[in-house]
Amino acid sequence: MKIDRRSFLSLGIGAGAGIALTPLPWKLADDSSIWTQMWPWTPVPARGEATYVNSACSLCPGSCGISVRKIDERAVKIEGMEGHPVNDGGVCPIGIAGLQLLYGQTRVKTPLKRVGKRGEGKWQKISWDEAISEVSSNLAELRKSGNPQSLACISGSGRYGTVSGLFQRFMTAFGSPNFMSVPSFVDGYSMALKQMHGIDSIPGFDFENSDFILSFGSGIIDGWGAPVRMFKANANMKGKIVQIEPRLSNTAAKADKWIPIKPGTEAALALGLAHVIIKKSLYNKDFISKHSFGFDDMTGTDGKKVKGFKSLVMEKYTPASVARITDTSAEMIEELAVSFAKASSPLAVCGRGKGTAQGSLDEYIAVHALNALLGRVNTKGGVWAVEQPNYISWPYPDMDKIAEKGFASARIDGAGTDEFPLAGQLAHRFVNAVADAGRKEIPVEALLIEGANPLHQFSDTKAVKKAFSKIKFIASFSSYMDDSAQFADIILPNHCYLERYEDIPAPAGLQKPVIGISRPVVAPKYNTLHSGDAIIRIAKALGDKIESSFSWDSYEACLQATFREAWSKLDSVGFLINQKYGAPGWDQFETESKLFEFISSADGAKTGRDKDEIVNIADIEGKGDKKYNLTLISYDSIRLASGSVGNTPFMIKAVADTILKENDIFVEINPKTAKDAGVKEGAKAVLTTPKGSANVRVHLFEGIVPGVIAMPRGLGHTGDDKYLSGKGVNVHDLIGPVEDPASGLDAAWGIRAKLAKA
Amino acid sequence: MSTQDDKAEAVSGEAVESCKTCKDDGSGGVVFLFFIIGLMISLVFGWVVFPKILYSGKKQPFDFNHVVHNEVVDDGCESCHFFRDDGTYAGVPKLAQCVDCHEEVQGETEDEAIFVRDYVSKNREVPWLIYSKQPDCVFFSHVAHVKTAGMDCVTCHGDIGESTSLKVYEKNIITGYSRDIWGKNMIGLKKNTYDRMKMDDCAECHVKEGVKQSSVQTKKGACFVCHK
Repeated sequence: MKIDRRSFLSLGIGAGAGIALTPLPWKLADDSSIWTQMWPWTPVPARGEATYVNSACSLCPGSCGISVRKIDERAVKIEGMEGHPVNDGGVCPIGIAGLQLLYGQTRVKTPLKRVGKRGEGKWQKISWDEAISEVSSNLAELRKSGNPQSLACISGSGRYGTVSGLFQRFMTAFGSPNFMSVPSFVDGYSMALKQMHGIDSIPGFDFENSDFILSFGSGIIDGWGAPVRMFKANANMKGKIVQIEPRLSNTAAKADKWIPIKPGTEAALALGLAHVIIKKSLYNKDFISKHSFGFDDMTGTDGKKVKGFKSLVMEKYTPASVARITDTSAEMIEELAVSFAKASSPLAVCGRGKGTAQGSLDEYIAVHALNALLGRVNTKGGVWAVEQPNYISWPYPDMDKIAEKGFASARIDGAGTDEFPLAGQLAHRFVNAVADAGRKEIPVEALLIEGANPLHQFSDTKAVKKAFSKIKFIASFSSYMDDSAQFADIILPNHCYLERYEDIPAPAGLQKPVIGISRPVVAPKYNTLHSGDAIIRIAKALGDKIESSFSWDSYEACLQATFREAWSKLDSVGFLINQKYGAPGWDQFETESKLFEFISSADGAKTGRDKDEIVNIADIEGKGDKKYNLTLISYDSIRLASGSVGNTPFMIKAVADTILKENDIFVEINPKTAKDAGVKEGAKAVLTTPKGSANVRVHLFEGIVPGVIAMPRGLGHTGDDKYLSGKGVNVHDLIGPVEDPASGLDAAWGIRAKLAKA
Repeated sequence: MSTQDDKAEAVSGEAVESCKTCKDDGSGGVVFLFFIIGLMISLVFGWVVFPKILYSGKKQPFDFNHVVHNEVVDDGCESCHFFRDDGTYAGVPKLAQCVDCHEEVQGETEDEAIFVRDYVSKNREVPWLIYSKQPDCVFFSHVAHVKTAGMDCVTCHGDIGESTSLKVYEKNIITGYSRDIWGKNMIGLKKNTYDRMKMDDCAECHVKEGVKQSSVQTKKGACFVCHK
């Protein structure tokens, strides 16, 4: 008997045959195939009982009602709230992607104190007690040195609501007038309403009852106003929509007619249309004769003749001259004016793109005058001066001597001063005042940033950064590690918007007064604190009369006390609406003449305007500089969030690769412009403006007027997660503010630019 | 012819020679013996050892007696394993349902004591191991089977309702699922409908019950009926 190589081969063959006769290979094959589908990173929907929590979305000024589906304690889907007066069941891309803000990587999980250099990203975790005492001790110094006015606050929470209200109250009690909200077209439009209607109000547009919308660049389906409401209004529109803007936006593409004009000439076109309407006597004679002032020429108190709106328009805005200014044709202007005037319920709207820029007062006045000419103000299907929400009736804060003195000092941005009497806030002037200040005279020593991302949202980010770097102490209340939080000295993270209570009044552009309520959908995930509670605790820590101005135990107590008996309805239904509220009517003017005023009747009204001019619009930066042969404008997309929060990972996936490819941003130019610049589709180029330059790629687009470059807003973040940070360029790096001579508002709609092959 | 051919012949001649010797010394038997040994080892490994390695026995957090509970409820299985108003199936009861009766210790068993001490008083959900849990890629609707098709729980779950204690959860170390899915029997033989719950078992029943075989490609049930 000899054991050799063959014996072992035989053993192996036997083993092989044996294994084949067992379940082992078949079972392993089956299990392996199941195993391949068991990757731990494959998302698996949670199982359990589904419940819904009604809340309100505060990611944009639209203030939609949302209904969040939960499986047990996990929020799994955001839907639009059925029956809500703003969005009735609809939801927009950022709204539906909001869960990624709650569960995503950008949350600040605990109070943080900067330990490295500013913006370096080195933080130390601290407790809430430490955070509150850190802020209050820094602020106490300002009062000790008698300079409480050197504290400033930028708030992005809904205006007229309790959170921004508490911060404003804190500033007052502390002794600083330097509180400001994030800029919006509402700033400019409200100013026009103040001047023409004589009341403090917000613009509301009755789209649903209009049969002819003439939009001067408003992105009706690109995120203007309350986006979901606008999508619905657009879809249900029985009449016509005419879109006037230099670029074929989604709104323009879906409109009945697109009128490409030279950017920045919208006001002139509005007055050109007014000219035709007056010439052909198509205006509303009843309104003009009985309810308006300043239409016809008049004699002033000094006996001099003053030209009325009619004369000014008839002299300067003939179709031929307007056609020249706007790069359109006189025939088109005549035709458009007639069809607009003859519609039964026409409505002109303005506020470019999403309406996140202040714009020029005169442009709002020109468009509003066009509405007024046809009697379309305060009437069904027209534009209304809607009452400002005024449900906050807290007693005026107690102020000590230091606070009184500080609060009485002039605002750093000059708003409300003799120079700009109508302006409420001028963020760009604030930025420049700090950025340009000499070392010893920096007007701001401490800054609170709440619900806003000024280092991304404000124009000329370089100046904003320069200003911020001069401010000794910056406290951010952001829930996310955004561009501005990164640059702060201390972060006091707010609960995410799905974890907190907050009243959300005055949805942008809505003609009915609605107050929504954001309600906690899930319990706070991290060691965060409601900003309302944080400011109350800071006030209490500061002591003195500041403490006594904040008598509430908590933000929630403050909120309930503010709404009193309406609270339970608000909390259970999810919103409050005055259903009876209708068109204010033509007797609701509080001007000196008690009429609608085309020309201000107030003697010596400081409007910064030549009496013989209706519109005086500032030139954009770089005009006349031969180096810059093109014009850069920004544009908005519903797929790009450009408010205080940026795109979530899901939303970045929805951005077309003609806008963003990997980290490269594309600018749109007309093929003709591309030919002159010698660039082809997809080419890399350097875009330079007086504010800076950026590497971009070129997308050729027939839908943009030659000579204009369009860049999307909402990209180029430095903060947030890897899905957003470093992607593309922030157009605000390239465009700086331009001061509107009449109002001080930031009237910039673009900047001169040049494009060179990279 | 070439020298190569000659060589080849010489080699084959040698081979024949050596083969003769091997027959002679009886090593064929050894080879056969080794074959049998190999066969036996792998048979034992495949049938006896492998299942022991593949499945690790895991105990439930504590024992549970279905019979006792069945006696005190009115509505059979659905008393605890119910359908919600929206038609979704609640599955294994949540703590909140148990607490109604078990706020205080009932009876004297050790398991009851564990339940109240470790879960009820700490308000912690019991991490039950679910024998019938299907892979995540499978979409299964209880309401379609129980309410629409009128099937009985036993058809798929067996007579678990008549058990007085919970069996050991045999976890497949590769897939993580219970042995109940493949079936106790390693070659997949089944006597009862509930012995195995693999895809073929679902398909078999679908065919038998006349569920529309709607796939254009396979002429069988469409994949997307279960794999959403």
